[in-house]
Amino acid sequence: METPTVHHGAMFDTNELVLNMGPQHPSTHGVLRVVLRLDGEKVVDADVVIGYLHRGIEKLSENRNWTQIILLTDRMDYVAAATSNVGYCETVEKLMSLEVPRRARYVRTILCELQRIASHCLWVGTHAMDIGAMTVFLYAFRERELILDLFEEFCGARLTYNSMRIGGLPLDIPPGWDKKVLEFCKIMDSKIDEYETLLTHNRIWLERTRGIGVISGPEAAGLGLCGPVLRGSGVPRDVRKDEPYAAYDEMTFDVPLGTSGDTYDRYLVRMEEFRQSLRIIRQAAEGIPDGPIVGKVPRLIKPPAGETYHAIESPKGELGFFIVSDGKSTNPYRFRVRSPSFCNLQGLRRLVRGHLVADVVALIGSIDIVLGEVDR
Amino acid sequence: MGQAIAFYTLSAFILGFAVLVVSTKDTVHSVLFLVLDFLFVAALYVLLGAPFLAAIQVLVYAGGIVVLYLFVVMLVNLKRSPEAHHDPHRRARLGFVLAALVLIEVGAIAAYSAGGPVRPAAPQAPPTAAATAVSAMRAVGNTEEVGWLLYTNYLIPFEVASMLLLVAMIGAIVLAKREL
Amino acid sequence: MIDQLVIPLVKILIVLNATLVGVTYMVLLERKVIAWTQSRLGPMRVGPYGALQPIADALKLMIKEDITPVRADKWVFTAAPIVAMVPALIVYAVIPFGDTVNLFGREIPLYITDINVGLLYIVSVASVGVYGIILGGYASNSKYPLLASLRASAQLISYEVAITLTLVSVILVAGSLSMVSIVRAQESAHVWFAFLQPIAFVIFFIGGLAETNRSPFDMPEAEQELTGGFHTEYSGMRFALFFLAEYANMIVVASVATTLFLGGWLRPFPNVAWLSFLDVIPSWTWFLVKSFGFLYIFIWVRATLPRYRYDQLMRLGWKVLIPLAIANLVITGIVKVLLL
Repeated sequence: METPTVHHGAMFDTNELVLNMGPQHPSTHGVLRVVLRLDGEKVVDADVVIGYLHRGIEKLSENRNWTQIILLTDRMDYVAAATSNVGYCETVEKLMSLEVPRRARYVRTILCELQRIASHCLWVGTHAMDIGAMTVFLYAFRERELILDLFEEFCGARLTYNSMRIGGLPLDIPPGWDKKVLEFCKIMDSKIDEYETLLTHNRIWLERTRGIGVISGPEAAGLGLCGPVLRGSGVPRDVRKDEPYAAYDEMTFDVPLGTSGDTYDRYLVRMEEFRQSLRIIRQAAEGIPDGPIVGKVPRLIKPPAGETYHAIESPKGELGFFIVSDGKSTNPYRFRVRSPSFCNLQGLRRLVRGHLVADVVALIGSIDIVLGEVDR
Repeated sequence: MGQAIAFYTLSAFILGFAVLVVSTKDTVHSVLFLVLDFLFVAALYVLLGAPFLAAIQVLVYAGGIVVLYLFVVMLVNLKRSPEAHHDPHRRARLGFVLAALVLIEVGAIAAYSAGGPVRPAAPQAPPTAAATAVSAMRAVGNTEEVGWLLYTNYLIPFEVASMLLLVAMIGAIVLAKREL
Repeated sequence: MIDQLVIPLVKILIVLNATLVGVTYMVLLERKVIAWTQSRLGPMRVGPYGALQPIADALKLMIKEDITPVRADKWVFTAAPIVAMVPALIVYAVIPFGDTVNLFGREIPLYITDINVGLLYIVSVASVGVYGIILGGYASNSKYPLLASLRASAQLISYEVAITLTLVSVILVAGSLSMVSIVRAQESAHVWFAFLQPIAFVIFFIGGLAETNRSPFDMPEAEQELTGGFHTEYSGMRFALFFLAEYANMIVVASVATTLFLGGWLRPFPNVAWLSFLDVIPSWTWFLVKSFGFLYIFIWVRATLPRYRYDQLMRLGWKVLIPLAIANLVITGIVKVLLL
């Protein structure tokens, strides 16, 4: 970052103020650091500094066997750990050309969508909290708790699930679990309306989000943005539709799109995604087929030499795994994650320029990052 | 007696703070002493039986104008030393001239009041309708009194003052707005 | 002697203590109400239903380490919380909490004093309170507090104008600046001024939220943006003073609103004879109930609404509230001249 410039005004010289936001700041959602250059309260430029939560997951994975890596993926997007599990396992399955039984694929779909709702709950809560509406936060966490209960019943953990195995599931769903999932869907339906009552047509909310951080579709795509941020700008890109994985090819659902690409549209897209997720969960939970939960997986997982890239639609966007196997060892030769939070964070500098300090926190909330996934 | 003690104490504070206003190095401290000064002047008004003026003094000067001063002082970088002028004694000379003028004025007032000239006795003015109304309202409080005087005896100066403020306001807008 | 000195002193003592206790319990009330709004329980551990929480909080704040940043402006840093607290307390001098009561054969009015510029006194003293915030932010010598204090000075000055204009229209209707006379005027007008001056009441409410830095106008402290705002660098008892001053100001705004717009200590429908059995309830109870209702709405608003942005807040103040308040004032004046 260059030194602050001095503007020579007619009578007074005014300095640009360099404001260091984070890594300890209530609204940077973890340990993100944003160095803002302010003219008054207007953001002239912003420097996004990351790396405070870097644990070397990618390098670490090269020294773990294929199954051990699953639990490392839990620690990336820790608010949607099951999604990362699914993404990783499917990549390895692709590398090994494994067939996953239909029952496992259905459960994976349910887990991924439950995870999307949980992650969006956390997002809507913190995003609203950043803009000052604190009640939504508590409401959203109340519903997230229900999802965590479902996960706890499924795999025993509430945050880092380690809930997948290469080739299928670690264990079958508990009896009655699918009924509980459907019950949750019923509860969640009315709760989404509740959040929307508090926010969607609230005048202050509209004023705070409309026209803030506008980005056009081509520009968003050019910056590599993905997920709801990209769809908020009207680009119809959803991995679930474009390159279906798990059981998404058997589900009917819509991909909500924004029109103006501002914070409000990104908000609306995610709110609609809540409903679409519930729609998918209902279809999947009602139609879980019988059958085995694990495919024909060799005792020693040792994929043949080669490389592959596989992406899934995590709550935050396109989560891709690029894995190279040398075919000799029991661990990957190269492991690399294309994490949606990291890619979306690239857009922050472009988005905040010209807005006010208060909008910076709104925008950080609007791109929905998890620092564990940004830094890995 | 008590009144006199209060008056002199307050005056001492007012003068003391006034000196501090001009002698303090830190600009913000200087502005703060100005606030204290204004508050003590307000106390003086109370002592003189003009609570309305006192409240207005606090509201407008201490609570309004000086906040804006403070705003400017905090925003603008005043650490920079003033540019050297080709004549270093220019300011000192100007100060002496001003001080002399004030001294002459104070002396004139002192001489005038000591000589015991005729004082315009406001309450005992010719019994016009206005004056009787004023004396009637004296019992109620001086808010009405001030209002009455402003809109009768001092209507022209009052209007001139508001015109002046209007002009100042327009000027400020023109200066602040970069393009109209 | 007793009338001149003892009774006023006792009254001051009672009002001061009641205020401070009220303020601390106001904090508890806010936590409880917001917790209930958010389907939580709120403080439950200290005392039954958390009733002793304020005492625990006060103790905690008092024994906390008091830190002055090295590069702070020490004198101003120390003075700022005091400057914030004092105006918030001395305003209570002119607030009429109730009618006169008969105590030991004496007629004792339930207010400390009734000066004929009472309302003006409140406005001017409250206008000094902004210094606490500005100075706190400046003296910390830190960027977030500085930004907050700049926001605060702009915000408070703007909304003060709107509030004062609404007060002027009430003064026009009541014909007096004295708080007691304003209540009496509502008694003789047979109507609360909230119904005669609804626009002024609404503007006063919104302005009151802004003046006390309450959500959705809590810009100067916006913890999500400015990490706590002007009191970021404060700790311990000094922080507590800022905190208490804010809540004391809230109670002031509620009291003033009650007095000006909601008939002060008067019971509902003071002129309906068959309701006179309500007179059994002491007048100050009505005052407290009305103020409490007002404060409850403050808390409710905080639990519900998102925060305005600084420029939107200024736009609302200057482009909506102030013109509206001026129009209201002019119309009030015209109506008053035409009807009387």
